[in-house]
Amino acid sequence: MSGATVLGGEIGRPSTGEPLLQVRDLGVRFTRRGRAPVQAVDGVSFDVAAGRSVGLVGESGSGKSVTSLAVMGLLPPRGVEVTGSVRLDGTELLELDDAARRDLRGADMAMVFQDPMSSLNPVVQVGVQVTEVLRRHRGMGRAQARDEAADLLQRVGIPEPRRRLKDYPHQLSGGMRQRALIAMSLACEPRLLIADEPTTALDVTIQAQILDLLRELVVGTGTSLVLITHDLGVVAGLCDDVHVMYSGRIVESAGRRELFARPEHPYTGGLLASVPRLDAPRGEPLRPIPGSPTLTRPWGTGCAFEPRCTRSDDACVGDAPPLETVRGHGVRCVHPLGADTPAEETR
Amino acid sequence: MSDRRPDPVPDDAAVTGPPGTVEHVAEEHGTSLGKQALDRLRHDPLALVGLLLILGFVSVAVFAPWLAPYDPLDRPGQGVVTPTNIPGPSAEHWMGLDSLGRDELSRVIFGARQSLLVGVVSLLLGASVGIALGLLAGAFGGWVDAVVMRLTDMMLAVPGLLFAIGIAAVLGQSLLSVMVAIAVINVPIFVRLLRGSMLAQRNADYVVAVRSLGVRDRQVVLGHVLPNSLSPVIVQGTLTLATAIIDAAALSFLGLSGGDPGVPEWGRMLAETQRFLASAPHLAFFPGIAIVLAALGFTLLGESMREALDPKYRR
Repeated sequence: MSGATVLGGEIGRPSTGEPLLQVRDLGVRFTRRGRAPVQAVDGVSFDVAAGRSVGLVGESGSGKSVTSLAVMGLLPPRGVEVTGSVRLDGTELLELDDAARRDLRGADMAMVFQDPMSSLNPVVQVGVQVTEVLRRHRGMGRAQARDEAADLLQRVGIPEPRRRLKDYPHQLSGGMRQRALIAMSLACEPRLLIADEPTTALDVTIQAQILDLLRELVVGTGTSLVLITHDLGVVAGLCDDVHVMYSGRIVESAGRRELFARPEHPYTGGLLASVPRLDAPRGEPLRPIPGSPTLTRPWGTGCAFEPRCTRSDDACVGDAPPLETVRGHGVRCVHPLGADTPAEETR
Repeated sequence: MSDRRPDPVPDDAAVTGPPGTVEHVAEEHGTSLGKQALDRLRHDPLALVGLLLILGFVSVAVFAPWLAPYDPLDRPGQGVVTPTNIPGPSAEHWMGLDSLGRDELSRVIFGARQSLLVGVVSLLLGASVGIALGLLAGAFGGWVDAVVMRLTDMMLAVPGLLFAIGIAAVLGQSLLSVMVAIAVINVPIFVRLLRGSMLAQRNADYVVAVRSLGVRDRQVVLGHVLPNSLSPVIVQGTLTLATAIIDAAALSFLGLSGGDPGVPEWGRMLAETQRFLASAPHLAFFPGIAIVLAALGFTLLGESMREALDPKYRR
């Protein structure tokens, strides 16, 4: 958390000194009868200050979505063990009962999901779904909620909102649906919005529109944002701080500029190197990270990235490398890239 | 991901286009999936045949007094009919006379009322109890689910018709006991169907999304999961009408429907005709055909609805 400049500065909340969202040593373990438990998230800690936007980056299976579901309290009640601490504005969420967490969800914290095609109820009119939140948390009557819902749809850029309220989800395009979902999540002006791959299921042009919308309505209004993505381009455009996850743990944490300019963890370096660049010479091959995410070493026996890492040696095997501060980055690596790579001018 | 139209330009273009376009768009707003399914049904010939049969059956039942040429209890053939001489179809009596000299056509027409009554009442009874229990099991899970499901397993372990005969026999000979018996054997079918389809919806993306907004569990279940789980139940309801009509005929054939023996009822008409099968086969043929056509109508419509409502057939 360096240089905390609150964007959209006029939103002045009483500063308690504590960040809005504080995640400490979060662990999520899936247990199933007759099967070995799976530790999906392990020892994840990060802060989100009021008004900041934080990116959680990683490939499929790195635990970023499970982290967000654990923060929201949306993991199934059975077969999941959540450990550690999640504090929203000083309140420990993991100790709250279901009803209390439900009261927070939608009101103080909300979430936008990956697939707008399936995240709206197909048999219920869009208007009913938007008004539902307003009636639930803001105690509005039917008519008042309908007016407010139309306003919300207008604000997220849906033309003719009154008419759209009567539509069923299948009558909206993908971009429209994601706009409607964003409208629902912002209906009660939550202080924290978690966006789980909000653009992955959309066309590239619509991706840009949705990102603009998030920038304007979330980052611009002082709402804190946790953006979960595998797309480094999205991070570069929207986030103040970035945490890179691999195999359930954070492997590197840094401010956006520092991370893109000087990646320390070999995995981050590999991710950045694998992004195709417009200014690269024609015909230059892409530089993928060798292997696949399934090729990991359990953290208990060393570094999970070791089997795929070009810098690995005997020092990487044994104990999991601790998260250490190296040149201002939090890095979980015994061989950080550091001075080896010349500081590349990025973006 | 089939929806790839750029956003939101075409919508803008459509609503700001010439007046004709606006009207067309306005018409399309609020088209529910149900309406889409109806549209698909309209273009399915089998569904139309089924619908036609049902319409015919229901209107015959409703307008029986106006359609029937004779009173079902009148005996225009009295004196003519003897056990060895039961006249078949003629210009005067299209379906012939029965063993007591009553007009067979009129009796078949009035019989439709009984079948429709038994079918609808037992469906309503069975489906409402089944839906209530299925909702309970699907919504609460855990031990509630376990208890309800073991109960339905027990009920399903007994063959349906045998179970119905048992219930009807215990409740005594009456039309009501036939309806209750048919309702009871259909309860577990509805329970399992609704519970299964609710379980399939429980972790759907939209359910997680609704929960992420803090909506209360009751509203999640009743407002979101249930409406999405009902289409197989609606289909099953239509098919159940068909089996209920057949079961009702079977139970009264076995003499369990009780009541006034004069009241025409297809199953009982078949039972009464057994003795005269050799001399008057038309007495078995016409009520039999009536049962088949009524059941066929609901089956055809039900099967077509299954296709029309199945998400796999949605675009």
